[in-house]
Amino acid sequence: MLKLDGVTKVYRIGAFGGQTMTAVDEAGFEIKPGEVVSLIGESGSGKSTIGKMVLRLLPPTSGTISIDGRDVRQMGKRDYYRKVQGVFQDPFSSYNPVFKADRVFAMIREVYFKGVPDKEWTAKIEAALDAVRLSPGAVLNKFPHQLSGGQLQRLLIARALLLDIEYLVADEIISMLDASTRIDVLNLLADLKQRGLGVLFITHDLALGNYISERTVVLHKGRIVEYGPTDAVFEQPEHAYTRKLLASVPQLHTKWEDAS
Amino acid sequence: MTLEVDDLRVYYRTLKGDVQALDGVSFGLRDGEILGLAGESGCGKTTLGKALIRLDGRMKHVGGSVTLDGQVLPIGDDVKMNPYRFKQVSLIPQYSMSAMNPTRKIGRMVRELLESRREKLDLDELHARLDLVELPKDVLGKYPIELSGGMKQRMVMVISTLLNPSLLIADEITSALDVSTQKAVVTTLKGFRDRGFVKSMIFITHDISLTNQLADTIMVMYAGKLAEKAPASTVVNAPKHPYTQLLISSLPEVGVRYADKRLTGIPGNPPSLLDPVPGCRFRDRCPLAFEKCAEDPPPVEVEKDHVVACWKAA
Repeated sequence: MLKLDGVTKVYRIGAFGGQTMTAVDEAGFEIKPGEVVSLIGESGSGKSTIGKMVLRLLPPTSGTISIDGRDVRQMGKRDYYRKVQGVFQDPFSSYNPVFKADRVFAMIREVYFKGVPDKEWTAKIEAALDAVRLSPGAVLNKFPHQLSGGQLQRLLIARALLLDIEYLVADEIISMLDASTRIDVLNLLADLKQRGLGVLFITHDLALGNYISERTVVLHKGRIVEYGPTDAVFEQPEHAYTRKLLASVPQLHTKWEDAS
Repeated sequence: MTLEVDDLRVYYRTLKGDVQALDGVSFGLRDGEILGLAGESGCGKTTLGKALIRLDGRMKHVGGSVTLDGQVLPIGDDVKMNPYRFKQVSLIPQYSMSAMNPTRKIGRMVRELLESRREKLDLDELHARLDLVELPKDVLGKYPIELSGGMKQRMVMVISTLLNPSLLIADEITSALDVSTQKAVVTTLKGFRDRGFVKSMIFITHDISLTNQLADTIMVMYAGKLAEKAPASTVVNAPKHPYTQLLISSLPEVGVRYADKRLTGIPGNPPSLLDPVPGCRFRDRCPLAFEKCAEDPPPVEVEKDHVVACWKAA
């Protein structure tokens, strides 16, 4: 279980860091294996900061993040990243355009699987690609610009799977994808959670959170205002902010005028 | 009819040849009508929006005509288009955060802008409109950097519509905004139309649920061609084109329980528009495709105001 407990992040801003800004204020929630938790908030609510802290790209100012009771700061980064990996919003800037896209796999091999023979490695890649429903012929040996956004994003997920990770931080991974392909990437996350993966799904789109997640965390100005099972959060929101947010979502079959 | 677009073709010149981004699109827009233009990236919706106001250097007007209020717009000629811009056709750009001159106070910028169009600034009218979008009058004495993102967006909306243009093009103006700001922007746009600041509007977005909140008519494009155009409620509830049907059914919604239900996407990718093969451009991804789809399906009016370009729908 990945657990955040009283996590706070204060940024220093302004010239010479003279002022401070609290981006995340005492956030606490947990992700169990085989569960998708969506973290919903508007821009500036601190949702990406939480994602970065879980990925240890930023140190929390106070509070602890732990996996199965063990503080992540006590784990070596190399070990930690075998358990937790992230995929980010823009698939096009996640790759170096000069190199072929499958270089992301080779980089993993260099760090973690140096002694693995070629044959075994190929089998491992094929298994990972199969899990994200990509055919090896269509994506291997290609440059990033030859692949679509959905394919690139799935390659990054496959890369994370090579490490047999337990938790995935998915920060707005489908915001840049088209409506007709984004649902496939979402369904893929749903398949992965059946294999026991815990996913932190960061999004500003409430409909996507509603579709995919078991539990929902609503963040407002760095504070958690609502936390609970997705059905409860969406059907009986307790906080006024959540209600306001839900009322502003454009819905396909109801118009705003009719709803109010 | 405010706007008549007839068989408009705009290609992008590239080293490899012409990309047929807009390939024969025809439609009309009535007075007071808001048209929602929806589609995925690369379908030509932004190209269409740009074609109506300013073609950039790579774009080439290949054929077709645009008529606004009975006058033919010289869209292929950058200089001749100038008298129409801002007065007849106006645009709200996508990145309003960077649309204003950062070195001028907003009031001075607006005055200079109007002078460049040989128009006089009606300060009372400007104040009234600022009131309408709930901006304080003193924003005119501020620099753009002093405003928040939502305020800048509203300011740009006021500037764009100041001369009461006949046609307003809003290109993806809400995609960088939060849901609550999105709602405010869309409501304001509707207010502009209801008060007659703009006669008609083209609202370009990839978000069908949002466009349904605002538009009277929705036009769905696919790979540079019109796929379906119908009143908003028809597109959402009873689409006829297989692409629209699949697209609508792949959208997750708030207020629906998805415990065991799975939505499905559309397999495959849109075709390359560099020298595309003739015939329906959706046929490689279409579950209903048959032999006839190798011929171009013409847009047919299946019901009143409901145009579909598909052999199976007609």
